[in-house]
Amino acid sequence: MNGTPEDQPVLLQVEHLTMKFGGLTAIDDVSFTAKAGEITAIIGPNGAGKTTIFNCLTGFYSPTYGRLGLHHSDSEFLLERMEGFRITQQAHVARTFQNIRLFGAMSVLENLIVAQHNVLMRASKLSFAGLLGMKGYRQAEKEAINKARYWLQRTGLLEYADQDAANLPYGAQRRLEIARAMCTRPALLCLDEPAAGLNPKESSELNALLNYIKNEHQVGLLLIEHDMSVVMEISDHIVVLDYGRKISDGTPVMVANDPVVIRAYLGEDEDSQLPQKIAEDLPGVRQDA
Amino acid sequence: MQNTPQRAVNWSRIVKESLVAGLIALVLFFELVGVRVVDNPGGLGLRSRWLWLLIAVVATAVGRLLLAWRREILNNRPVADLGLTASDSGKSDSRIQIFTRYVAPLLIAFALTLPMMPFANRYIVDIATLVLTYVMLGWGLNIVVGLAGLLDLGYVAFYAVGAYSYALLSTQLGWSFWVSLPLAGLLAASFGILLGFPVLRLRGDYLAIVTLGFGEIVRIILLNWYTFTNGPDGISGIPRPSFFGLPFKRHVPEGTDSFSSFFGLDYSSMHRIIFLYYLILLLALLTNFFTLRIRRLPIGRAWEALREDEIASRSLGINPTNTKLSGFAIGAMFAGFAGSFFATRQGFVSPESFTFIESAVILSIVVLGGMGSQIGVVLAAVLLIGGTEMFRSLADFRMLAFGALMVAIMVWKPRGLLSNREPTVRLADHPEEPSPDLVAEQKS
Repeated sequence: MNGTPEDQPVLLQVEHLTMKFGGLTAIDDVSFTAKAGEITAIIGPNGAGKTTIFNCLTGFYSPTYGRLGLHHSDSEFLLERMEGFRITQQAHVARTFQNIRLFGAMSVLENLIVAQHNVLMRASKLSFAGLLGMKGYRQAEKEAINKARYWLQRTGLLEYADQDAANLPYGAQRRLEIARAMCTRPALLCLDEPAAGLNPKESSELNALLNYIKNEHQVGLLLIEHDMSVVMEISDHIVVLDYGRKISDGTPVMVANDPVVIRAYLGEDEDSQLPQKIAEDLPGVRQDA
Repeated sequence: MQNTPQRAVNWSRIVKESLVAGLIALVLFFELVGVRVVDNPGGLGLRSRWLWLLIAVVATAVGRLLLAWRREILNNRPVADLGLTASDSGKSDSRIQIFTRYVAPLLIAFALTLPMMPFANRYIVDIATLVLTYVMLGWGLNIVVGLAGLLDLGYVAFYAVGAYSYALLSTQLGWSFWVSLPLAGLLAASFGILLGFPVLRLRGDYLAIVTLGFGEIVRIILLNWYTFTNGPDGISGIPRPSFFGLPFKRHVPEGTDSFSSFFGLDYSSMHRIIFLYYLILLLALLTNFFTLRIRRLPIGRAWEALREDEIASRSLGINPTNTKLSGFAIGAMFAGFAGSFFATRQGFVSPESFTFIESAVILSIVVLGGMGSQIGVVLAAVLLIGGTEMFRSLADFRMLAFGALMVAIMVWKPRGLLSNREPTVRLADHPEEPSPDLVAEQKS
């Protein structure tokens, strides 16, 4: 973790986000901010509305009301007003999915090249220059392959490059999804339970990868995760949701000791156990804080 | 676990199976084969054909017996004999790759030299032209169905648009084939976009039903808009193509040349047939070249990504609307080219040529060939179109043979004749630029 949170500019500003499905209010007036070069975790019990926030941010749902402002490269993008694919194309928000969504019949490398669609499409002049095999396009494709190679190296998938994505082991598929999202050159990367189903070794490799992305690429990460060892170890800032409302917001230590959070997770009676347990998991965070 | 590799063949089960099959055949064939309606002087009557029924039932039972027996023998082989190791599928994949690499140039060479072969007569070249038309249509539909994954049951509508475009442009405005051809393609492509808009949100079965309806709408408009399309009478007298302005005719007006007089040849009606053959070969190869090329471009990869997972492709910034519409438009464009060719070859178009069965045949070619496989389409077209031509002597049973062939291919190769997919780009083909000291090391 380099520097204190105050150093980083605000990347994402969620204000009064509300999402209603008929009579059901999935998200109720949630506001929080996420900063560039930081990992912001969204946690909460099942059905708290975490994935719904992601779907609003990436244009799969349009929020009932609220404002989703993304600030980077000297401009502001109002995500709630943008069409789904433009959020990635113009505002540079990328995401992964809770149940992995890869292009199974395509090779690993092709998955990463597809992620660079918009750059390559521009280079191929809407396919006309590409059809004629012009030099500009060939150069752009070479760069795309090099970028893909870089992320394959980073995620340890180089040996799988020419295999079909569907044939990869589970952990490799998870990493490929992150690599694919990174190939879109995101400013904000939204990860929906990236550690689900990983073994402890893979999980710690994932932590290292996410820290690398955060530090080297100055990307803001938004993370939904149930695995507390991941959340507490790598996040700089945690937002806790329960029944669609924000119940706590702060550094990992603050959140772990917040009585409201403990009540939401463990109920009223057993609240004495949690702070200690989380504290045991957290030597790193303690030192930083 | 299996100490005795040779278990006894379970005969009672086999016999029971074949008896059940015979019973089912009896029920089915009783009406189909056993009785026949005949015209008696006093009205309709029934004539029984018990011998035929017996033959059908026995044949079915014996066939089932043999199948079951073969299966039992295969099941009883020790596991090692089966050859079903993990590398099996990989081996067959690489076999297909080798097949594709060497057979494709051979096929092209054969297609180029076919009219000069000693056995090539008018009939053979005509059939080859027909097969190539379907190969081209199959390749065009392969873009929509194989690459973009959009099941289109109304593809023949674009074929019709292309055919009528040329027919009307040439007979009404007197435009030549080479001017009308790109226009027919453009018109068909715009019809593709027209169809694309309402079906953007549909997938699978629903998409299939709407495209089927679209195909029928186009045919019915052609049938009923009498003042424009001449309705069921069709458009006749469509000009035949010329060889760069030289007509293929025996007699031409004084002072002009025909193809034969210009080249100092004796007039032969084969000239035009062979010219048409090379024309469709050129158009088909153009389609193939275009498809192979566009697969490696971002738009082609976006089609495949959309086929694999639409939500994921949207999250990567791919515009699903434009991508789908371009798929429909480009697929339709090639059908339009093929349609113009059809019109100039026949000299006559009518709505009858563009019924649903045509769409079904083109789709079968794509599916049987193996979705997305270019050479598979060629094999399937040769089998289905060439095959039905050869079965012409079977008269009434021709469609039965067609159906049996399709069933056989689907049983034998459920994913199509050649169904492997080559990646459009390989990391192995793009090695990292070696660093200078590594090169020096290798030299020493």
